[in-house]
Amino acid sequence: MEYRKLSDYVWEIPQTGDMLVPGRIYASEELLGPLLEDSRGGQQWNALEQVRNVASLPGIIKASIGMPDLHPGYGFPIGGVGAFGIDEGVVAMGGVGFDINCGVRVLATPLSADDVRPRKEELADRLFGGVPAGLGSQGKLRLTVEGIDEVLRKGARFALDRGFGVPDDLEYTEEGGCMEGADPEAVSLKAKQRQFRQVGTLGSGNHYLEVQEVVEVHDRAAAAAYGIEEGQILVAIHCGSRALGHQIGQDYLQELERASKKYDIPVRERELVCAPIRSPEGERYLSAVAAGVNCALANRQTIAHLVRDAMAPMFSLPHEQIRTLYDVGHNNVKWERHAIDGRERQVLVHRKGSTRAFGPGRPENPARYREVGHPIFIGGTMGTSSYIMRGTERGMAEVFGSGVHGAGRALSRKKAKKKWHGNQVAKDLAGQGIELRAHSGPGVAEEAPGAYKKVELVVDAAVQSGINATVARVFPLACIKG
Amino acid sequence: MAYEILEHTADAGVRGRGATLEEAFAEAARGMFSLMGDLEAVRPQRKVQVGIEEDSLEGLLVRWLAELLAQRDIEGLLFSRFRVYMELTEGRWKLSAYAWGEPMDADRHKLQVEVKAATNYGVRVEKVGNEFLAQCVLDL
Repeated sequence: MEYRKLSDYVWEIPQTGDMLVPGRIYASEELLGPLLEDSRGGQQWNALEQVRNVASLPGIIKASIGMPDLHPGYGFPIGGVGAFGIDEGVVAMGGVGFDINCGVRVLATPLSADDVRPRKEELADRLFGGVPAGLGSQGKLRLTVEGIDEVLRKGARFALDRGFGVPDDLEYTEEGGCMEGADPEAVSLKAKQRQFRQVGTLGSGNHYLEVQEVVEVHDRAAAAAYGIEEGQILVAIHCGSRALGHQIGQDYLQELERASKKYDIPVRERELVCAPIRSPEGERYLSAVAAGVNCALANRQTIAHLVRDAMAPMFSLPHEQIRTLYDVGHNNVKWERHAIDGRERQVLVHRKGSTRAFGPGRPENPARYREVGHPIFIGGTMGTSSYIMRGTERGMAEVFGSGVHGAGRALSRKKAKKKWHGNQVAKDLAGQGIELRAHSGPGVAEEAPGAYKKVELVVDAAVQSGINATVARVFPLACIKG
Repeated sequence: MAYEILEHTADAGVRGRGATLEEAFAEAARGMFSLMGDLEAVRPQRKVQVGIEEDSLEGLLVRWLAELLAQRDIEGLLFSRFRVYMELTEGRWKLSAYAWGEPMDADRHKLQVEVKAATNYGVRVEKVGNEFLAQCVLDL
């Protein structure tokens, strides 16, 4: 693959063939190396080829962007960002994926690590018992079609109306906890049926619930705005829209495949099927995605309540004192206003495995965070640090206000299972002072810390390229897995 | 008749192989469920029926796997045995099938990762030598 260096942390795949814009990768040489190797080795599924495929979608603006945690996905790469113009652009299913609005909510507690460390085993047990996780797990809510429709219209407010949460939660949730434009009628009965028992469940794979200690603050002003300090205990919830989102993806994969043919859109790869934004199919998909976003928001809101239920009695805390620091998704497509060639324009931004990271001054940020930019959460692994970062002005100008979202896998699940055993991973974690509770041993092996890239490399590339800034580093005390 | 799990950094691919298209589709389904639990431990106690049609074999494969995932969630079942019938009628591929399994049991089935979806990515249905292949990437 042809590429050139623009700076130490920015690389370009020049516009050739049917590409409409260049590809632009934010990465260090160390991060880029394995991606280049994959593409040179003719690795069938490689991320740079995926960046190039996205660059050929009609109406794409400026560049097909690869974030520092770029790795192979399906259709769009994971860590892929693409913005499209309203008149000539398309909406692509592969730019959102199946786990619509998968994301992270972080709760900030008034507890210190000294309060929690001596009782972390009990806390891990309570969280493991209180939050349904793993394949086949069922939530405490049993819903009907009417109930699911309410979830899809109201988002986090659905849960709040049932007493799950505190009113301030909405202020600190992306979109105020409810995405506009959701249409339950754009979602199939099958998608709703799959979700009847899944509201308030964590799922499996890379989803997690983690008790973390803030071990290092890098940006005092932003940390003060976020209300976090060294030694403080946070709880991170990583999950998405569960089966409802998966089925929306599955249904629209077929619908958009038909649309691609109908509107004669050249599709380089079957998972990049798409429809013009201003077509009935495109508009319908967008209203289904908004419904999926709301399902994920209701899900994380419900889980936050279960976490509070588990923690509050143990430490004699009112629920209000376990506050939502922020809730932000990383599989999304959204209308946003961005400055393009000196002019503000409304564009449709796809982020697949990339979080929105709006910088200082954006009106979408909660008032308390407005001047520093809202927080984003970069998940490490079960046994390594995670980071709290924020958006920057440079990120707004160059990557449509997007952020990194995680360490990114380095080894496949198959290789990880060969290399590690669940029990040994759990023992190693215990040796580092991390309590692990998991439903699946092989699942733990797949998620072994060694199967991921070093999160520091990702954070460093985001900081050095200036697209995100780091606020704090956190380290796990307890981790719950599906 | 066999299945393989294919390397993919973040997710996994599945490939079913068989002497007929039907066998290859059934093996792809077995491969997908092998990622979720211990196939040998899943007893064929309940049966569900799937009937779908698509314009292409590739579309049919993705839809077949997706239907099984939907049944997994709606009925709470894991499947281990499949019987697939396929025919091409007036340019459309039709698939009717039975899948046998039982309710998920975390301990006995040694449950693993939840497959979220079957994707169009890397999808191939073709005859290679004497055998049929049916493969795609799964979202985990």
